[in-house]
Parts: sequence; structure tokens; C-alpha cells
Amino acid sequence: MDLLIPEVGLVIFQTIAFLLLMFLLAKFAWKPVLGAIKERENSIDEALNKAELAKQEMARLTAQNEDLMKEARAERDRILKEAKELKDGIVGEARKQAQTEGAKLIEKARIEIENQKKAALAEVKGQVSALSLEIAERVLRSQLEDKSKQEALVANLLKDVELN
Amino acid sequence: MDYNPIFVSKVKRLITVFTLLIAFFSFNTRAFAQVDSLAAADSTSAHGEHAAQAGHGAEEKKFNIGQFALHHVADSHTWHVIGDTYIGLPVILYTSAGIVTFNSSEFKHDDDARVVVEKDGQRFVKMHEKIYYASETANEHGQYVALDESHHAQNERPLDFSITKNVCTLLLSVVIMLWVFLSVAKAYKTRKGKSPKGLQSWLEPIILFVRDDIAKPNLGHKYERFMPYLLTVFFFIWFNNMLGLVPFLPGGANLTGNIAVTMILAIATFLLTIFNGNKYYWKHIFLPDVPKWMYVVMVPVEVVGIFTKPIALMIRLFANITAGHILVLSLVCLVFVFNSLYIAPVSIAFAVFIGAIELLVAFIQAFIFTILSALFIGMAIEEHH
Repeated sequence: MDLLIPEVGLVIFQTIAFLLLMFLLAKFAWKPVLGAIKERENSIDEALNKAELAKQEMARLTAQNEDLMKEARAERDRILKEAKELKDGIVGEARKQAQTEGAKLIEKARIEIENQKKAALAEVKGQVSALSLEIAERVLRSQLEDKSKQEALVANLLKDVELN
Repeated sequence: MDYNPIFVSKVKRLITVFTLLIAFFSFNTRAFAQVDSLAAADSTSAHGEHAAQAGHGAEEKKFNIGQFALHHVADSHTWHVIGDTYIGLPVILYTSAGIVTFNSSEFKHDDDARVVVEKDGQRFVKMHEKIYYASETANEHGQYVALDESHHAQNERPLDFSITKNVCTLLLSVVIMLWVFLSVAKAYKTRKGKSPKGLQSWLEPIILFVRDDIAKPNLGHKYERFMPYLLTVFFFIWFNNMLGLVPFLPGGANLTGNIAVTMILAIATFLLTIFNGNKYYWKHIFLPDVPKWMYVVMVPVEVVGIFTKPIALMIRLFANITAGHILVLSLVCLVFVFNSLYIAPVSIAFAVFIGAIELLVAFIQAFIFTILSALFIGMAIEEHH
């Protein structure tokens, strides 16, 4: 039963040694060790959080880029469309203008032609009448030179009148 | 309300009672066996020590495994190296006439109170590793002590503060632990924020194990206050369990299987429990949630419970480690019991097997002591909402 009875000497030594050990280890070992472990854990957590944030930021940036691309594409399309419209407008306008101008010119030309034609006709009329008069004069002259012929003419004229 | 702690404590109490019973019966029979063998040894050595020495062959036939094992698990004033080589350890006695010191080798390996050492006018003898004031004259067996009928010395004892084998191991383990953990702490400083390396990487998982699996689940958010104690007690028990398993010089002492050592550790847990106990803890003991008439039964049970918990801690560690040592020693001793060398392979195979289990037990017992300490402290500081 000796084993079950604590010896005073060992009790005292154990108390002193254990308390001393605990004090020294607590101050010089456990405190820095646990502190360092905690610090490391915190820094790992922080790094992981930062990585997560960076990932989110990356995703956000990618999404933003996509948006920007989309926007730019839409803008380009819009500009192209506008340009096309503008071009069409201009061409249409030009065509219209050209048409009206052409029509105007044609009208002018037509009027001119008409005028020229009129003038030409008038001149032809004048010349025809003059020529007719001259012919008539000449015919009359030749006719009137001979008495019988005058009479024939008169008779002929009278015949015509009668017929009427 | 959570009844789990109550059941746990009931189970613990049951375990304690049975451990005590088993311990009592086993040691009782062993003690009787020891007494018988002692009586036998005394009768043979009655003819004188030299005769006994001469008749060594006859002695060997009466090899007593219990006595041998109990002698080896007990504390000692000398440190046996090998064969007949012993290291004498300092003896420090606080006597009625002041402090007396001498080397234990002056007892000339006597452990039966036959050699008297005279110092400062006082005479001392050593019997069963205890130092007594020697009697004036020797008894019929040449022993300078008075024996009672169960062969226990009746003489007065001086207070013994000797540096015994266990004290040496204790101091050695303190030095080893300081060296190990201070160098680990230094590694944390020099390798700040980096991954652990070497000794540091070997011990960090264990430190984290104590923190995350022992302290945090049992102590909650207030765990940090108790970390120094839990870590120290865990590594102290573990290192000394391991040192105890080393069969040759720096190890071999049965420090954590010594009741004085486990008692101090259990008292530390006990003091931490009662000084940190909050009002809920004391209310649970003195004003439990049961009908008033039950107090007659409940309060004494709870009050006894305060003490059985640390006593269970003390007995458990002591019994487990001592039992392991006795088992290994007994297996090794099979050679002497059968008095045949051919039994050696069997005995070695079994001793190696048990030794491997003891390596596990060394860790498990440290773990159990620490987790139960954490549990008891945790129960005392638990906040009820």
C-alpha cells in the first residue's frame, strides 16, 4: 500500500517544479506560440478573404468589360446606322434635287424650243406670206399681161363663187 | 436544462468507486504477497546477509514477481544503471536537529535497515526506500528498526526532501520541456508568419489539438485563460509518460505513476475549478433544481462530487501508468518466473506489444487528464441563460 501514500518530498518538489514550469512556459512559450498561431490564422483568413474579394472584383471587372464591349458595339451599330441614314438622305436629296433641276432644265429647254419653234414658225409664216405675195404678184402680173387670161381668171373666180 | 454533465459526473463517480475498489483489492493482494515474500526472505536471510548472498541460486527460485514489480514502480533513493552499478542520489533530510544531507550511496544499496548512516550525531537507516531514525540496537534480523507484526517499520521518520529518482526525472522533464518549448517559441519568433518547420511543425498540431479539441469545446469562449495550464499539464504528463517508458538511464522512473505527482496535478485542476466556479456552479451544488426535501440527499452527493472528480483524475493517471509499468515488468520477469531462457522470445514479444500499447496509453492518459480537467473547469464556468 506504500504506492498509495504520497511522499512529502515529492509533493513539495512536484508543486514547485510544476508551478515553475507552468509559469515559465506560460510566459515564454505558450503566450508567443499561441499568439503567433493566432496571428498566422488571422493572416491566412485575411488572405483568403482578400483572394475572395479579388475574385469578386475580377468578376465585376469582366462583367463591366463585357458591358462596355456591348455598349461600344451598340454605339458602333448606331453610328453606322445613322451614317447610312444620312447617306441615304443625302443621296435621296441629291437625286431629288437633280431630278427637279433636270425637270426644270427640260422645262426651260422645252419652253425655249417652243419659243424657237414659234419664232421659226412665225418667220416661216412671214416668209411664206411674203413668198406667196410675191408669187401672187408675179402670177397676177403675168396673168394681167394678157386680157383674155384676165377674163378667164375672173370667169374662173366667178365659177368658184357660184359653186359656193 | 442539459442533464448531460450530471450523467457524466455520475459515470465518473462510478468509475472512481470501481477504480478505488479494484486498486484496493489488487494492491491488497499484492501487499499480502509482498509481506509473505518478505517473511520468506527474512527467514532465509535470518542466517545473515552473506549466507543469503551465497545462496543466490536458492533465492532465484523464490523470485517474487509482485515484489520486483512494486519495487521498480516505486520511488528510489538510488538510480540503478545496469548490473550492480548504481548512481547515489543526494539525501536531504529535515530532522529535528536541522537539515542533514549526504549521498544515498552511504547506505551501500541496503534497503532493509541494516546499514546505519551517522550524520551530525543522528543515525539513519533506509528500509523499502524510506528513511527512518535508526533504533539503538539491531533486532534479531540485524535491522535497526522496530517492526510491527506486518513487518512495517515503527520508527520515527525525518521529513525527506531527497532528490530521489522521481525528483531527478521531474527536474529532467522540466529541463527538457523548457528546452523544447522555448526553442519552439523562438522558432515562432524567427519564422514569423511562415509555415512551421522541424520541431515546431511536430508540436504545432498537438498544441492545436489541445486548443481546438480539448479547450474550445469544453471551455467555450473563455478558453484562452486556461490554455497555459491545459498545455502545461498535457505536455507534462505526456513527456513524463514517455520518459517512464524509456527503460534505461534518463528514463525508467515512474513519475506520472506516482500518487504524489498525480495528486498535485489533480489538486491544480481542483483549485482551478473551485476558484473559477461561478454562481451557477455553486447554486447547482448547494441549491439544485430539485424539491427541497431532496436536498438532504442531493447536497451531500454534489459536495462529495466536487472532491471525487479530482480524486478520479488522480487515481486514473496513477493506476493506468503504474499498471502499464507493472505489466511490462511482469512480462519481462516471465523469464525468471519460469527460470528458463527459452521463454525469453515470448516474454520479449509480449513486452514489445504491451510497450507499443503503452506508447498509445501515454498519449491517451495525457489527453484524458487534460480533457477531463477542461470539462470540470468548463462545468464550473459555464454560463446558464
